[in-house]
Amino acid sequence: MADQSTNGSQLEAVIVDGGRIPFQRSGTGYNDLMAYDLGRLAVEGIISRAPIDGGDLDRVIMGTVIQDVNTSNVARESALGAGIPNHVPAHTVTQACISSNQAVTSAINLIKAGQAKAVLAGGTETMSDIPIRFRKTFRQKLLEARKYKSISDFLKFFKGLRPSHLLPEIPAIAEFSTGETMGESCDRMAAHFGISRQEQDEYALRSHQLAAKATNEGWLDPELLPAAVPPDFDTIEHDNTFREDTSMEKLEKLSPAFIKPHGTITAGNSSAFTDGASASLIMEKEAALQKGITPKAYLRGYTYVAQDPEDELLLGPAYATPKVLDAMGLQLSDIDVFEFHEAFAGQILTVLKTLNSDTFAQEKLDRDQKVGEIPMDKFNCWGGSLSLGHPFGATGVRLVTTAANRLHHEDGELALVAACAAGGQGHAIVLERFDG
Amino acid sequence: MSYLSTENEDGVLVVTLDQPGEKVNKLDEQLIGEFQDLLQNTDPDSIEGIVLVSGKESNFIAGADVEMLKNKSAPEGIEELSRRGNKLLLKLENYPKPVVAAIHGSCIGGGMEVAMACNYRVASEHSDTTMGQPEVQLGLLPGGGGTQRLPRLIGVQNALTYMLTGKTIYPRKAYKLGLVDELTHRDAVLTAAKKAVAKINKDNFERKDKRSLLHQLMEGLSPLRKIIYSQARKRSKSKTKGNYPAPDKIIDCVKEGYENGMEAGLELESVNFGKLAATPESEALVNLFFAMQGAKKNSDEDKGREVEKIGVLGAGLMGSGIADVSANNDYRVLLKDQTVEQAGEGKKDIWQRLEKKRKKHIISSFERDRISSLVTPTETYKGFKNTDLVIEAVFEDLDLKQSILQEVEEATSDHAIFASNTSSLPIEDIADAADRPEQVVGMHYFSPVPKMPLLEIITTDQTADWVTATAREVGIQQGKHVIVVNDGPGFYTTRILSPFMNEALMLLEEGIAIKELDSHMKNFGFPVGPAALFDEVGIDVAAHITKVLNDLFAERGVNPSTKPEELFEAGYKGRKNKKGFYRYKQENGKTKKDEPNEEIYEFFGGSGRTSMDADTVQQRMTLTMVNEAAWCLQEDILHNPVDGDLGAVLGLGFPPFLGGPFRYIDREGADTIVERLQKYEQKHGPRFTPADILKEHAQSGEKFHQD
Repeated sequence: MADQSTNGSQLEAVIVDGGRIPFQRSGTGYNDLMAYDLGRLAVEGIISRAPIDGGDLDRVIMGTVIQDVNTSNVARESALGAGIPNHVPAHTVTQACISSNQAVTSAINLIKAGQAKAVLAGGTETMSDIPIRFRKTFRQKLLEARKYKSISDFLKFFKGLRPSHLLPEIPAIAEFSTGETMGESCDRMAAHFGISRQEQDEYALRSHQLAAKATNEGWLDPELLPAAVPPDFDTIEHDNTFREDTSMEKLEKLSPAFIKPHGTITAGNSSAFTDGASASLIMEKEAALQKGITPKAYLRGYTYVAQDPEDELLLGPAYATPKVLDAMGLQLSDIDVFEFHEAFAGQILTVLKTLNSDTFAQEKLDRDQKVGEIPMDKFNCWGGSLSLGHPFGATGVRLVTTAANRLHHEDGELALVAACAAGGQGHAIVLERFDG
Repeated sequence: MSYLSTENEDGVLVVTLDQPGEKVNKLDEQLIGEFQDLLQNTDPDSIEGIVLVSGKESNFIAGADVEMLKNKSAPEGIEELSRRGNKLLLKLENYPKPVVAAIHGSCIGGGMEVAMACNYRVASEHSDTTMGQPEVQLGLLPGGGGTQRLPRLIGVQNALTYMLTGKTIYPRKAYKLGLVDELTHRDAVLTAAKKAVAKINKDNFERKDKRSLLHQLMEGLSPLRKIIYSQARKRSKSKTKGNYPAPDKIIDCVKEGYENGMEAGLELESVNFGKLAATPESEALVNLFFAMQGAKKNSDEDKGREVEKIGVLGAGLMGSGIADVSANNDYRVLLKDQTVEQAGEGKKDIWQRLEKKRKKHIISSFERDRISSLVTPTETYKGFKNTDLVIEAVFEDLDLKQSILQEVEEATSDHAIFASNTSSLPIEDIADAADRPEQVVGMHYFSPVPKMPLLEIITTDQTADWVTATAREVGIQQGKHVIVVNDGPGFYTTRILSPFMNEALMLLEEGIAIKELDSHMKNFGFPVGPAALFDEVGIDVAAHITKVLNDLFAERGVNPSTKPEELFEAGYKGRKNKKGFYRYKQENGKTKKDEPNEEIYEFFGGSGRTSMDADTVQQRMTLTMVNEAAWCLQEDILHNPVDGDLGAVLGLGFPPFLGGPFRYIDREGADTIVERLQKYEQKHGPRFTPADILKEHAQSGEKFHQD
């Protein structure tokens, strides 16, 4: 198979194992934990069941989006905290919702460049403990106060200080460049491409039902790393994010969350704030085989794309999909398993619609013909971010892991993973099932 | 000089202690001699002061050389040695220029006494830095001025606490107590010590009294001090039951020095040091000390294979304890139980112990996280492929253990070792089901695993040498003292416990009261009485052990009591179901032992109890254990008497001051032991028949221990 990034190198990256601690709605199961703790649990879970020891790793890479200043290199802290030996370097990557995709592709690069034989790539995110800051004026005063010496200096502190300066500043999920929240932007985009409220609710319902089915059938079990949460150590074994009992009636009743009253995006057809972490073991193929390890899948070509954050904030997969397929000489019809990140139902439906649009292909992709229609029976069959939840920094590894597991479960050969991210960016990667 | 090297740094004489060819500095005669010469030959006017520092990586002076004490005649030689040391340290203390100790690493016993004779102490905050006067644990006292200087530094009450328990003092605590004057990081101790010399020369350093107001008040008034001394005596008496002579002597020395001056105190200290060294208690404890050190060494280390990851099956008290000591020593552990929730409970126990340490500032929250992350609860064999050792701690049932063994062989690679933590089942029987019987071994831990210092490794005829060596290495890494014994029902420890417990039941049947029985044995020196021990071990377990060992004893014509089985069938399990020889009450979420359970007397001839002579009870009980230990040596269950002593003391609480069954036989004389056994044999039958090996020793007069 053609591989866009094979520069005469024979080194191939494979995913040996992947998993995640069960995703939890923010403020629930992991409410008292830091992102570091979640990352630690995921690393512990994957390395404890790994066919290699922690000391055999050459690198740990983890994605995260909202950083805790106490653990700014959360990959390192999580790795050490999970008992990975000191000598294994670790770094954190961040690229909004595709942060752990970046962790995976960085791992691939290290392996192809001969820098590493085994990399732990993962991601961690908590929305239960986001950093809330003082406002700028007060922050400046606090920093100045560190230099104060005399009493009169300290009196200066109160000069010009108003009670309102003490109000905290809670970070919004808004684009820095446009000032628009992701929900607003997506709502506009869905309207622009003519995605109805009903379609969105129907898609959301499908996602929840599929997640419930995959959970009940035990299909997700291989990727779920039970999390024993201190101090009580009640073991969390499943996601609490999806709603098995949801229905069109319930979804229809919800009012728009962002654009009122005409918007179509509601809490019901959006992905919710989620806490979670993921980890995968990525190895150089020959090194794995030498150790008697049977990998799950090859990690083949991948790509990153970027568009206008104003109008195409979450349309990345529509660009990344044809780009990676073209580079590998593949057609959409060659793909057996699709795993796409679902930020909003409106977003995913827009992506599906634009991929299947000749006009979009001609105007935006510089192609004569549409990319094609993705068959829904191959698409996000075990639920998606809408139902399983979306801990920003951790989702990418979930997608790759699920895709690899589905290849075996559904007897497919090729899988395509794609995801959108804030900043108007996107990513896609192709996996090929490994047969021992 | 070979121990000491000196260098003049900016007028300060830096004296580096570095015993060649040794990992640790020990206080011995040569060191004392070199010190004497050094002080003699250094003109105080030529220097600003002296700094003592260690050339070793992680110890200042780790203590006095115990070997040296063993080779001296007691009491005279030892007393003389102490006098010499005290004279030297007085000289050091009164040296015309400041003397400062720069401490990093262990500074224990004699090492701490040297440090205390200095005018000022700087210590590193590092966790390697530990201080303490553990001499009492060897049946001795701090014979280098410790009984005098420690009370003067930290107060009588604090000093007595540390000297009577031998507890370790960590740097922060040492600073708080006033034992060290300054804390800094390990690479700055020398600089800080040199600066301290200058500071003392300039300002004449005055140490602040860090005692609490209450302590100051109590210790400031002579009548109140008398109360302190008598309280301390009372407390130690209740702990030692009068079996250990050292605590009283320590209190005597402290009192003498505090009431009549340092000179008188030092004199009494030297005399008492000599006296204590001559006691059989100290001799036994010192021998035990050497045996324990030996059990921390693995002469076959290079035969063993590397172990990175350990599987532990069963997350109950035992399993989680084994996981605990493994993770705390950097092994990664898969802790498997039937459900992941049950396994998680085991991890919770480990985390809670770590959290307790964090609260005491012994470890950081990050260390707690890191260590607990090394234990992963699971309900599957996923990840067992690269475990190097799997230890099972499941229910004591042969079929279950065999089927678990087969599962493990299936789930692991060819190199994996299967260890059973059975307390009684012969390893050979378990290994019957194995594809790789040479990789099956017994690793018998004692409960609670994190606290109990012994690991009994059981090998069968088939166990490969590298397997034994690997298991031993893991045990040592886990912080255990390891003995290796041959296979057989109950191996060594359980086997010698069995007749001992049986005798307790016999005595109960003869009419003794539970409380009296337990109190006689505690007075003899056992940490818990046999009835209480039944409850701890579990009456169900006792019933099982009786069954396993039945044939073995039957062959010698012994019919063990059937009470364990009867009690078990009547629903008695001991502490675990709060139904045993004692009643249990719930207090602050913990199960606490209450008064004896009178109801149980219906199994032992009703509620009318008769009092029995303490000596008879103690002798009958102890002799059964000692005799069985001899049988074990005779039948090659034991490789040597040293292991037998260690196993009984560390695993079963055999009184340490007696040194173990074989030391006890040597001390009493094999002929005396045989005589006593035969006396009881006539009265109570073959369970007191002396082992042949005992009779042989009685005849030849040969001792079990040659030294």
